[in-house]
Amino acid sequence: MITKQELSVLGDLAQLSLDPDSRDSTLQAINEVLELVAIMNTAECDGVKPLAHPLEAEQLLRSDKVTEVNQVAKFSQAAPLFEEGLYLVPKVIE
Amino acid sequence: MNLNNATITELHKLLTDKAISATELTQHFLSRIAESDSEINSFITITPEVAIAEAKAADLVLAKGQHTMLTGIPMAHKDIFCIEDIRTTAGSKILADFIAPYTSTCIEKLRHAGTVTLGKTNMDEFAMGSSNESSYFGPVHNPWDKTKVPGGSSGGSAASLAACLCVASTGTDTGGSIRQPASMCGLTGLKPTYGRISRWGMIAFASSLDQAGCFTRTAEDAAILLEHMAGHDSKDSTSLNLAVPEFTAALSEPLAGLKVGICSDYFKEGLEPEVENLVMDGIKELAKMGAEVVEIELPHTKFSLSAYYVIAPAECSANLSRYDGVRYGYRCKDPENLEDLYKRSRSEGFGSEVKKRIMVGAFALSAGYYDAYYRKAQQLRRLIKNDFVSAFEQVDVIVGPTAPGTAFPLGAKTNDPVSMYLQDIYTIAASLAGVPAISIPVGLSKGMPVGLQLIGNYLEEAKLLRVAHQFQQQTNWHQQQPQRNLL
Repeated sequence: MITKQELSVLGDLAQLSLDPDSRDSTLQAINEVLELVAIMNTAECDGVKPLAHPLEAEQLLRSDKVTEVNQVAKFSQAAPLFEEGLYLVPKVIE
Repeated sequence: MNLNNATITELHKLLTDKAISATELTQHFLSRIAESDSEINSFITITPEVAIAEAKAADLVLAKGQHTMLTGIPMAHKDIFCIEDIRTTAGSKILADFIAPYTSTCIEKLRHAGTVTLGKTNMDEFAMGSSNESSYFGPVHNPWDKTKVPGGSSGGSAASLAACLCVASTGTDTGGSIRQPASMCGLTGLKPTYGRISRWGMIAFASSLDQAGCFTRTAEDAAILLEHMAGHDSKDSTSLNLAVPEFTAALSEPLAGLKVGICSDYFKEGLEPEVENLVMDGIKELAKMGAEVVEIELPHTKFSLSAYYVIAPAECSANLSRYDGVRYGYRCKDPENLEDLYKRSRSEGFGSEVKKRIMVGAFALSAGYYDAYYRKAQQLRRLIKNDFVSAFEQVDVIVGPTAPGTAFPLGAKTNDPVSMYLQDIYTIAASLAGVPAISIPVGLSKGMPVGLQLIGNYLEEAKLLRVAHQFQQQTNWHQQQPQRNLL
């Protein structure tokens, strides 16, 4: 189970601001999920190698060659603010 | 012939016999969508201009005799597949105005085969849900009973086909998101082996689980679609570099000698009695057709739900970190600084279920909890996979219910997330193991469809489709229609 303090830390880790009105319900909802997954603790897994991928495939490598053309003009059209080749964000360094 | 509920095979014959043109067929379904989708809300975006242009192109191909089985077949695509120059939202406010700059490999292959794109279907936000109620674009209504959910997350794709607004549709399945809505809408829903179909251009939820598939009226139609959707893609390093089998070739082989496994864990508390009875009737039907029924054990299946609700949120928390209000998607108004931009864009852009899962994932991956949650879940995933490997040494397919009940009323489970998660209790294990599975109609309970789930060994979709097809040759549950379609 997580506490209100831990919920704030999670909000920061996940880059989500928590609405004060929904903080309690969010905490409850997350704790319900953690309660659901707690059944895992009854399983004996000592010595079992974790499975990260169903096919246990190895990462494919390809030759270090350019295969795609630069489509900056097209892709930047989806950006909220884009000027002169730059994605614009608020000032980072004061 | 009634065009509304015709199969791909039937329509292909009409098209090649010149009994109807692809343009006329497309206009028929566009008219149906315009007339009745407002009742079920199965589409987020309808693309009539694209559809007519593709249909006209299909007619030229048909005239030249260079067609495939799919030339001129009108389809609907889950709004999780990017299609160039068409809005692609993943059912989220954060992508509500996103115009995809490229087309996913899966849809590209279907278009190359000559299908017609009618539009993009509604879905749970970022495929997180089992009822299609978490969509920013509103819930989808089940055509069998508009007061009930269609299942999810591919609820729009399922409902659009059940309402005869398309001939087939695409979906994605991370923990049951094709099979469960197929069950609730009386359709055939196929989730192939993980890696069988490229994920490139498919908006990611949980990358080690996400798999594209399809909704069809018959297993034969699913085999036809899979032949065109599957195949290696150099743009997706997890796509299998194997030749695509001719899935339609073995459909007619009888079931004599086939070993069908049943697992008692799939018939325990929580399964509606009438659903259990119909599933058992389906198993008896398979036995009558020559299959041998064998009891098997999947001892770690009971841990599937808990392992899934660690692994899927962990992967989603990483995948959805890309939505930051900078390069694409929703951006909050007047951010005070960069952190405010990130936090408010994400908080205002994501719905509550998505935010909850991101935070659960961030928790499971955080220092001090990683071993107890994420590592443990991955260990269980191996045990669950090993169970299937052992089971398929004894049997050809495993059979059981797709979902514990029929479609439930809209809003019935929105305040009880665990009850909602339990909707996928029978589908999640196959997703964790990455094996293929299919849901086919097996009867009606109080007028609502029930699905029979068949799970196959890795890469044995052909066998699954053959069992499903043979079952559909002996039963007519897949031909049942919602009452509204008959009006």
